Order: sequence, then structure tokens, then C-alpha cells
Amino acid sequence: MEFVFFLAAAVKAGTCLLYATLGEIISEKVGHLNLGVEGMMQMGAVVGFIAGFTFGNPYAAVLCAAIAGAAGALIYGFLTISLKANQVVTGLTLSIFGVGFAAFFGKNFVGKKVPEAITTFFAPIKLPVLGDIPYIGQIFFNQSIYVYFSYFLVIAIYIYLYKTKWGLNTRMVGENPVAADASGIPVDKYKYFNIALCGALCGLGGAFLSLVYISIYPVNVVSGRGWIAVALVIFAMWNPGKALLGAYFFGALDIASFWLQQYTLPVSIYLFTALPYLATVFVLIFTSMRKSSNKKEPAWLGKNYFKEDR
Amino acid sequence: MLHIVKKDVPKNREKIVVRLSAVLAALAVASIIVLVAGANPIELYIGIFQGCFGSVYRFSATIEKMVPLLVLSLGVMVAFKMRFWNIGAEGQFQMGAVGTTLVVRLLPDLPLPIMLVLMIVASFAFGAVWLMIPAFFKARFGTNETLFTLMLNYIALTLVTALQYDFWKDPAANGMPKIANLPENALLPSVSGFNLSILMAVVIILAMYYFTNRSKIGFEIAVLGESENTARYIGINVTKTIIIAALVSGGLCGIVGMMQTTGVSGALSTEITGGLGFTAIIVAWLSGLKVPFVVVNSFAFAVLLQGASYIQTAFQIPGSVAEMIQAIILFFILGSEFVLQYRFVSDKTKSEVA
Repeated sequence: MEFVFFLAAAVKAGTCLLYATLGEIISEKVGHLNLGVEGMMQMGAVVGFIAGFTFGNPYAAVLCAAIAGAAGALIYGFLTISLKANQVVTGLTLSIFGVGFAAFFGKNFVGKKVPEAITTFFAPIKLPVLGDIPYIGQIFFNQSIYVYFSYFLVIAIYIYLYKTKWGLNTRMVGENPVAADASGIPVDKYKYFNIALCGALCGLGGAFLSLVYISIYPVNVVSGRGWIAVALVIFAMWNPGKALLGAYFFGALDIASFWLQQYTLPVSIYLFTALPYLATVFVLIFTSMRKSSNKKEPAWLGKNYFKEDR
Repeated sequence: MLHIVKKDVPKNREKIVVRLSAVLAALAVASIIVLVAGANPIELYIGIFQGCFGSVYRFSATIEKMVPLLVLSLGVMVAFKMRFWNIGAEGQFQMGAVGTTLVVRLLPDLPLPIMLVLMIVASFAFGAVWLMIPAFFKARFGTNETLFTLMLNYIALTLVTALQYDFWKDPAANGMPKIANLPENALLPSVSGFNLSILMAVVIILAMYYFTNRSKIGFEIAVLGESENTARYIGINVTKTIIIAALVSGGLCGIVGMMQTTGVSGALSTEITGGLGFTAIIVAWLSGLKVPFVVVNSFAFAVLLQGASYIQTAFQIPGSVAEMIQAIILFFILGSEFVLQYRFVSDKTKSEVA
């Protein structure tokens, strides 16, 4: 039974990663490696908390968080799409900015409690029928509505990317913008839309931490989870379904070191935190060894598209 | 209709004008944040300068901040020349510091000169290996190095965390998770506030200038960066070139680990890099991968960093404000590149050109 609690906690810990990972998948699918995930999560976390604290309304909090994340993403988008700036450098700068932004605006809220209206709204709700399934119900269907929404997003984003015309065009822009442009797809519009969507999802991931995961606002609420999300995108091989499993696996590793403290282990507990990154490295190596293209990064990932070069 | 076309290579004068205007525009925007933080922007910006040049002590602090950034940027630059996106400078820096500390732990009683040489060799080797792992997989399977090196940063960081909290934890620190300070015979000697790492940095600048502009391998790296096919065609051994570039790039970043442990912090810790490995990527990129510009830009960034730490105490402004100002300046400079590389033409002139 204790293990079931652990797994339920892993799902909760993985949910913030899941939101950000889904976002970054969309951004990378359209060909933009955005290393600003950490920054966008930070912005979403702090703006979400401030809005929630000020208005006491969960909808307002979540909406503001998504807008904050998207705003960060649009700075990145404007620089890399319209001004053709280097994606890696711009993304890193966005992370620096977001961390500073969150530290500055969150300073006066450190130690404040999440308002009760919001805590109640996001409290775990046991779903009828599904929640009664032994083990599975306890792990997946006795969670916050914020977690349920992420289940919905996984399906919605899968359908968006693989079953709709927009998703097909999005992936085409990421694989070959020259061909996409030639076939009449408005490349820049697709890029802007998907990058903003990525930012909104990262913002939601950050706000999950500040509104649901913790009860008192700490100094640094995201603390590096954005980089784990970047790793997760590769671990999940750019697939939303695998992102869900990966997020819970990484979530489990995140809380494992705390949970394992009760046992005496032959290895240092601190080395556990390296496992997500090690696992990602192995996935990177194996996907590059195997030549199947649908499990690799989009062909134009990291490269900007300049129309006149065509 | 307006079109965007690529321009000819911009002149240095145009570059300077555009960059400076970008910085000024950024400072204007950043003023809003400074005002929100409750300070006078003009006074604050003057404060940044005073914090860097106001006294010999402050100037030496600026140089102390410049040296690691400079060497890291040169290291990153070598890999970038090959279009090998080494964003793992943080990790190579950490590993270099681990190598340095390992030497001291294994051979604590060596005389200073021998100790220094061994520490340089070890930090270089540790940093180099940390980059040669992804370089090997890049050369062999085409594994994405951007993501690989990014992951290695965090693996290095966890390793240092484990060392600090477990394996190398100082028993004399009353339960505080810290690694013991290095002994006297393992500290970089310093002359009136300027330590030996400045001399090392000068040697590295000259060596890297020769390496990138005059040496055969430097030329091969540049060719490989332009086109792998050309490189193969003229008989360059691609795998060997990638590995050598990684050795130099990672090694230089590793040496910074030694400089900082022995010259500044006095002990290995998880905080030793202070994010400089990421800043170095930005510096190397903005310098157009040219050694002289790397020197200039590292100094400019050091001014920002030192100024930032000064205004925190002098103006009671939180460090996060300085972080945001830094990011805003970078955003503007990154955006201003566009003005240097592209220009607008109307349809009419375009058809004339064609």
C-alpha cells in the first residue's frame, strides 16, 4: 500500500514536468529548440501565484500563468523567428530572464500561503468508477483537477500533432520549412502559434508547482525542473504519450531520494538525482544509433528558416 | 512589398554603433524595472561603473570575474567553430574543479609548483574527457551534441553534490555539507589582489589566437565547421578533428575549474560555476567566434557581473534585478544582429538585382 502512495505522489510530482514537456515537444516539432523552459516555468509559477493570491480565483491564476509563459515564449519567438537570432543563445537568455523575473516579483510573496479557495479547488477529487479500480484508481484517479487536465492535454496534443491538418503542417515546418513554404504553408505563423502554445504550457507547469504542489511560496519554486523537462522531451522521443510515462518516471526519481532516506542503501542517495539525465543520455545515443526518423529530433531543429535562402 | 535580404559582411564600425545602440535601448527598457525596484536608473547605471572601476580593489574584482569567463568563452569558441554546439561548459568547469580537488586529496603534501602543474593537467584532462564523451558519439553516430552536453552539465552537478554531501564532506565542518578548503600549498599565488590566473589567461589568449588563426588543426576545424563534405574531400580526418577540438574545448573549460578552486573559492562546491558556463556560450556567440572580440566581450560582461554585485550592496537592490538587466541587454544585442545581417528592400529594387 505504501508503494501505491509513492506512485500517486510520483504522478503528482511528474505533472509539472508533463505540462512543460508537452510544450517543449510542440516547440521542437515546429523546429525550435527553446532552452528557455526553465525561465517560462518560473514566470508562470510566480505570475500564477501572485494572481491567485490577489484574486483568490483559480481560473484567473491559471490563465495569468499561461499568459506569462506565452509572453516569455513570444520574446524568444520574435527574436528567433522574425530576427533570426540563434535559438540556443536566445533560449538560455530567456532562462536567465525568467529566473530573475520570478526572484524579483516573487520576493514579497515568499512565505505566503496559497489562498484557501484555490487549495480547495485543486484538492484531490476521487473520480467515480475509475477511482474505484484497485491500485490504478488510487494512483491516477484520486488526483487534483490540474492533473486530470494534463491527461486530457496528452490526448488533445497527440490528436493535434498527428491527426489534424494543422499538426501535419506544424511537423512539416519542423522537418522541412523549405518544402512547407513552397507548398503554401505560412511558416512563420505556424512557428509563432506553436511557440506561444509551448510557453503557455510551460507557464501552466510552473503554476502547478506554485498553486498545487506546495502550500507556502518558497524562494525558488521551479528550481531546475525546466531542464529536466528539456531532457524529458528527448527521453519521450518527441511523443506526447511517452512524455506522460516519462514524466511520472522522472517524477518518481524526483521524490525517490526523499522516500529512500528510510532505507540504508549501498550508494549515495545524491547520485539518484543524476538518473533522469543519465537515462536521457542513453536515449539520445540509442535513437541516434537507430536510424528510424520518426523517433529522432525534427530535421530542422535549432536551425532558423530564412525564406530568401530558398 | 518589402523583402528581407542578406547584407554583405558589416564593417566593424557599423557593428560597434549597432551594438552600442542596442545596449542603450536595453538600458532604457531596463529602467522600468529599476524604477519598480525603487531606485534611480541613472544613478544605478553610474553605480555599476563605479563598482567596476571605482578603486583598485574593485577593478581587480572585475578582472577576477573576467578571467574565468574569458577562458570558458575561448573554450566554447573552439567547439562552436566546428559547429559543434558545446553547451556543456558548466559541466566541464565542474569536472575540472573535481580533478583539481582529487589531485590535492591524493597527494596533499606536494610543493606548490609541482602541485600547480599537476592540478592544471588534471583539470584539463577531466574537462576534456567530459566533452570527448559526447564528441565521440557525435563523430560515430551523429548523436545530438547540444542535448548531450546539456545533460552532462547536470550529471556533473549531481556528482559534485554527492561529493559535497557525502564522499568528500569535511568532517571538521560540524555537519555543514562542504568540502574542506584546499591547503596553502595548493592555492594560486597572488600579487596585490591579482592572482596568477591572469597570467594563465594571457598565455591561453595567445595560444588560442595562434591555434585558431595560424595552426593547421585550427584551419581543419574551421573547414569542418563550414562543410563536412569539403573537409572529407580535401582529406581531413573528420573523427580525429572532432576529437581534438573537443579535447581543447573541454580542456580549457576544465582549467577554469582549477583557476576558480585554487584562486577564488578555495574549495570545490556546487556553486562554483555561478552559471558562467552558460554566459560563456553567449559571449562566444556574440563575439562572432573571434579571439579578440571574445576578450573585449568577456570584459564587458565582467563589468556587468561586478557592477551587479556592487549595486546589490550599495543600492540594496536584489540580485534578481541585475539578472534581468543582463538578460534584457542580451535580448537587445541578439535582436540587433538582425540589423547587421539583413536589410529591407522593396520589390522594385529586388527585381533589378535579379
